[in-house]
Amino acid sequence: MNGTKLSANQSNRDAETPPLEKGGSGDFPTPADSGTPANPPRPPFEKGGSTSTEDAGILIEGLRKRYGAGDTAVDALKDVNMRVAPGEVVGLVGPSGSGKSTLLKCLGAVIEPSAGRMTLGGETIYDNAWKTRDLRALRRDRIGFVFQAPYLIPFLDVTDNVALLPMLSGRPNGEARRRAVELLEALDVAHRAKAQPSQLSGGEQQRVSIARALANQPPVILADEPTAPLDSERALGVMRILNQMASQYRTAIIVVTHDEKIIPTFKRIYHIRDGRTYEEAGEGRAL
Amino acid sequence: MISLAGRDILHSWAKFVFTGVGLGLLIGVTLTMAGVYRGMVDDAKVLLENSGADLWVVQKDTLGPYAEPSSLRDDIYRNLLGLPGVAAAANVTYLTMQVRRGDSDVRAMVVGITPGQPGEPGYLVAGRQLTRGHYEAVADVKTGFALGEVVRIRRHDYSVVGLTRRMVSSGGDPMLFIPLKDAQEAQFLKDNEAIRNDRARTAANPALNRPGVPGLLDAIQASQSSNHNVNTVLVRAAAGYAPETVAQEIRRWKHLQAYTRAQMEEILVAKLIATSARQIAMFLVILAIVSAAIVAFIIYTMTLGKIREIAVLKLIGTKSRTIAGMILQQALGLGLIGFAVGKVAATFWAPAFPKYVLLTPEDALRGFVAVMLICALASTLAIRAALRVDPATAIGG
Ligand SMILES: Nc1ncnc2c1ncn2[C@@H]1O[C@H](COP(=O)(O)OP(=O)(O)O)[C@@H](O)[C@H]1O
Ligand SMILES: [Mg+2]
Repeated sequence: MNGTKLSANQSNRDAETPPLEKGGSGDFPTPADSGTPANPPRPPFEKGGSTSTEDAGILIEGLRKRYGAGDTAVDALKDVNMRVAPGEVVGLVGPSGSGKSTLLKCLGAVIEPSAGRMTLGGETIYDNAWKTRDLRALRRDRIGFVFQAPYLIPFLDVTDNVALLPMLSGRPNGEARRRAVELLEALDVAHRAKAQPSQLSGGEQQRVSIARALANQPPVILADEPTAPLDSERALGVMRILNQMASQYRTAIIVVTHDEKIIPTFKRIYHIRDGRTYEEAGEGRAL
Repeated sequence: MISLAGRDILHSWAKFVFTGVGLGLLIGVTLTMAGVYRGMVDDAKVLLENSGADLWVVQKDTLGPYAEPSSLRDDIYRNLLGLPGVAAAANVTYLTMQVRRGDSDVRAMVVGITPGQPGEPGYLVAGRQLTRGHYEAVADVKTGFALGEVVRIRRHDYSVVGLTRRMVSSGGDPMLFIPLKDAQEAQFLKDNEAIRNDRARTAANPALNRPGVPGLLDAIQASQSSNHNVNTVLVRAAAGYAPETVAQEIRRWKHLQAYTRAQMEEILVAKLIATSARQIAMFLVILAIVSAAIVAFIIYTMTLGKIREIAVLKLIGTKSRTIAGMILQQALGLGLIGFAVGKVAATFWAPAFPKYVLLTPEDALRGFVAVMLICALASTLAIRAALRVDPATAIGG
């Protein structure tokens, strides 16, 4: 693969070397692994390759979450089961109050589930209890977040918004910025690298926020209604980018949405109702 | 890693600069207040130093001559000259009054001195010291008098023959040196009306105006219109004598009080300037509180305006310590801008003050540390608000 830009229909499923791994400069450390022999530690950024889809990507089994206790307790998640392979983009669709946000917060390691199991990128992070003490490092190194609004840091320029994550992980500034620029190139916003977020269009901001989610090459990206404020064309554009990035970087992506415009693009959809998930095949319409 | 605080300051520099300038003017006022106090202390020290005396001999049981009235007979200095260890002794009078110059009055402290003796101004910036016995004056430049100018004290005209500087009373009045005899006269010289009244009263007193004793009334009238008192005797100790030893000797001898220069300084600073110092201290406390409130308010509102970004920063793995550090650095940055502006402002406007304002590097350093501490303290409110932000709020409800 020459360069970092991909055409829309180019498949990278079996790419041996993702573009950011050139010259070894791209291998970021993973947090201290606490993997069991059944879940061997996932080497950093060797996506695809030796790790099987069984334990890479996302695996959720019997996840439950109860808010509060006693009479006022709310069972927001009753039985959630999901599996997302590396490089795959799945939709998570459900009516308001069905538990979508609760599930994202559990997966995003900002609230603690009540029971069940979660495996991200081959590492079991939760098994009826957190398996790592440093949830902050877990979020930083293993999970990329894309929000409904871009939520870029207004006082950092575009490059540093993306480079911030590798910097937070202890990368030298120069290396972090080189990585950021590569990602911005891949997402077609490199020409705005020195701009302030406020100078960007909404679509450009959302692409920068996707670059930020990818900056530490996490095995998982959680996208929370990423197309809600966009028109049909731009919404499909964001989905195209997410699919490209998933293929290119072997990232497992969950897109929470109730946006009718993009639902037909998923190959697989998880419906969530009243805290329970149901899997369904999607149309997988080409982008 | 990049400096988040620095980037934020650069990004919203206008807000920082405007707040910093406002804060800086407050800090400038604070530094100036401290400078006013230092100036008063320094004025006192210079005044004592320039008098060329080692001891101040004053009326017993008084803190004279500056802090309390003191009155001594003007022949005491001769007795003092006879004591061992006394190299020089000279009468001095002090009287704060209006000095007439053309059509306007200048408030000055008129000092009566003996030319060539302790009490004479330490050095001149122009002209010469007093030499003739009568009607000459050496003025502090703060009086605004010029060489050769004629000024009027009570009923006599004096020509300014010399100019000195840094000779001001603790009240801030510039000094005007005139010969002792003239000063004694001026001090007790009543206006014509008062003299006529006194004469009439004396003449009407049968004990003083005895018909059988010719000349008695005249002698009494003469003694009443002349003055044989001074406020202090300044003494210079002879080589080889410690001032304190000489002072003890004087205290033991006769009913007099004697202060060394260190004791005099203590009286000036602890007694005379103390009230002003407390007043200034009060101002400093209020200014510190106002500055803290400004910094706290600005940093707090700026932090509240960034709650969403702080939630995102936390969600993507920024340490709470990093975020607290960012807010602290912003507060300190504000303090730094404020201090720089304040220091420049104080240096710029200090010479325009009527009283001497002494800005010392030590005070500047103390002020800097205080500003930084106040800013750090003021940022705690914002830091607490930031630490309470739940990263989960970055993910939509
Ligand atoms: N912090 C909370 N405390 C109590 N109940 C909550 C809390 N957050 C969400 N819930 C409840 O959990 C259920 C699922 O909410 P949520 O995950 O926000 O659903 P969705 O994002 O699909 O709209 C709802 O019934 C909601 O009222
Ligand atoms: Mg929701």
